[in-house]
Amino acid sequence: MNTEKPKPSNPLINKRKLEARRRFLRSIVLGTAILGISTVGYIPVARAWKQRMRPPGALEEADFLSSCIKCGQCVQVCPVQAIKLDDLDQGFGVGVPYIDSRSQACAFSCDAVQCILACPTGSLAYDKPGFLPTRGEMVMANPPILLAKEKDPEPTLNLKERTGLAVLVRPENCLARQGKGIKGAARGAAFEGTMRFMEVDRWKPIPLRDHPYDLELCDLCVRTCPIKGAISLETVVEKGVSIKTPVVHEPCVGCGVCEMVCPPETAAIVVEARKGWSV
Amino acid sequence: MNKYLESARVMLGGDPRKPEPVEYTEEAKTIHFYKKNEKLDFEALKLEAREHQKKHVWLKRRWITLLAINLLFTVSFWLDIQILEGALTASRLLGFHLIDLNSALQVMLAHKHIIVNLLIGTGTVFVLWLLLGGRTFCSWVCPYHFLAENAERLHVYLVEKKKITDHAFHRGVRTVFWVLFALMALITGYTVFEAISPTGIVSRALIYGPGLALGWVLLLLLFEVFYSRRAWCRYVCPIGLTYGITGVFSPLHVTYKLANCHHEGECRKVCEVPHVLDCIVKGRAPAAQLDIGADCTRCGMCIDVCPSGALSFEIKGLRKLM
Repeated sequence: MNTEKPKPSNPLINKRKLEARRRFLRSIVLGTAILGISTVGYIPVARAWKQRMRPPGALEEADFLSSCIKCGQCVQVCPVQAIKLDDLDQGFGVGVPYIDSRSQACAFSCDAVQCILACPTGSLAYDKPGFLPTRGEMVMANPPILLAKEKDPEPTLNLKERTGLAVLVRPENCLARQGKGIKGAARGAAFEGTMRFMEVDRWKPIPLRDHPYDLELCDLCVRTCPIKGAISLETVVEKGVSIKTPVVHEPCVGCGVCEMVCPPETAAIVVEARKGWSV
Repeated sequence: MNKYLESARVMLGGDPRKPEPVEYTEEAKTIHFYKKNEKLDFEALKLEAREHQKKHVWLKRRWITLLAINLLFTVSFWLDIQILEGALTASRLLGFHLIDLNSALQVMLAHKHIIVNLLIGTGTVFVLWLLLGGRTFCSWVCPYHFLAENAERLHVYLVEKKKITDHAFHRGVRTVFWVLFALMALITGYTVFEAISPTGIVSRALIYGPGLALGWVLLLLLFEVFYSRRAWCRYVCPIGLTYGITGVFSPLHVTYKLANCHHEGECRKVCEVPHVLDCIVKGRAPAAQLDIGADCTRCGMCIDVCPSGALSFEIKGLRKLM
């Protein structure tokens, strides 16, 4: 910060002028430094090509980043604490919410996507304003039916677009395809993720480890999926052998429950953020 | 009107100026005339002021308020009592939207679309701080201010011990920052200031737990302790300037009574924004009673230190009503 010392060639230059000049130079250095540091804040924008899972109802990544006020009200209303705020080292925007489905998926345990209701700036929106870009493949063909409230007068979730799409990215890991079953907790005794099970308590999510299974053939992704008709186990013939495999259908909203419950060390099925439906 | 323009000019970075002879009221001229012959023992006055400050009347009130507000955010989330949800950037008080003016401005400029909740929250907060004095937000609410004013004590102590020297910047640089951050939001469509705003970072850390971003806050504090007194609040923070502009016409301010003043200058030493107290310099006050300018954070430190009652809080119009 040692700015050049003006040479007192003119003895008449008084101290005050010197100090004013130093102050001015220091101010320029300060300005450059702060602006330089603030450009670090642009990393999330620069990395926007790499999609990150945002809460339901999120606008397209660029609009989401510009409108999020980083208050965390979506974090506060989530009953399963699926939404977390980003930190400096993540490079996706300090204080911006995201969901890591593998550790805690949005299970719609809230029944009504309150995170959207809580958002003060419209970063999360039930209805996107018309002028904002919409990719056709993100739009749900029909309002998604939440199995938990299938018998309610209004069984649908107020979601017009999906947040992503479940994809069987590592079929070789899939227990169903290997003909294997699942016994015990889906993700082991140490896993802390929670979700609500209708047969246990509609309004109280419980840890996944407290809900053990004993299945001949693993179908957890199908069994736990909160959306009607989003995924099913189908019989296919591969290399002359008839096997069962999970198949994702158009109603998938990309909530990430299948990714959370998938028992292998590395999930066979994952939700690809911001991915649309294509036939 | 002139008074407000002058107060805004000084806030944006202009140096306070000595009033022209025509600007002095007759009453002020008379007081200044009699003060010329006053012979005061300044050393004794300084000690008296420091003794008076020890009660910390306003400091206590302010810290209690600041900590209470910030803890209310924390317990609202932790205990799920839902009184004040969100963080300082945007929140809901019993369901009613409140949105930080600078964050709202940044989002509006970046996103170029304003939803009703954003408008309601911003409007409410604007009226609130218009009434309460704009930068009152800084000293009574902002959690970074709390950290910075404690760092400032350390800085002042080190300067007194001659371990370090203070380095001032030009105050106009804050106005430049304000414009640049607004332009960056508008042009790039991203609220980049939020990434480095210690107010937002500290507020979120108090509510959602600490993160690495606190490292940046720590760097700022170290810079303020060892290099430049209160640098962020004085020379950088656009939030402060946004609230300052909001409070230009505020009825709540610190008022200065020329007749009571001993001009020993202790108030300027404790002030975060000493340029607003230029009128306490002997011969500078153009009227017998003056409102302190918009950049004042209404922290009350000057009131705590003033032994002669020359400075006090005032709500404009209230005295006339009473």
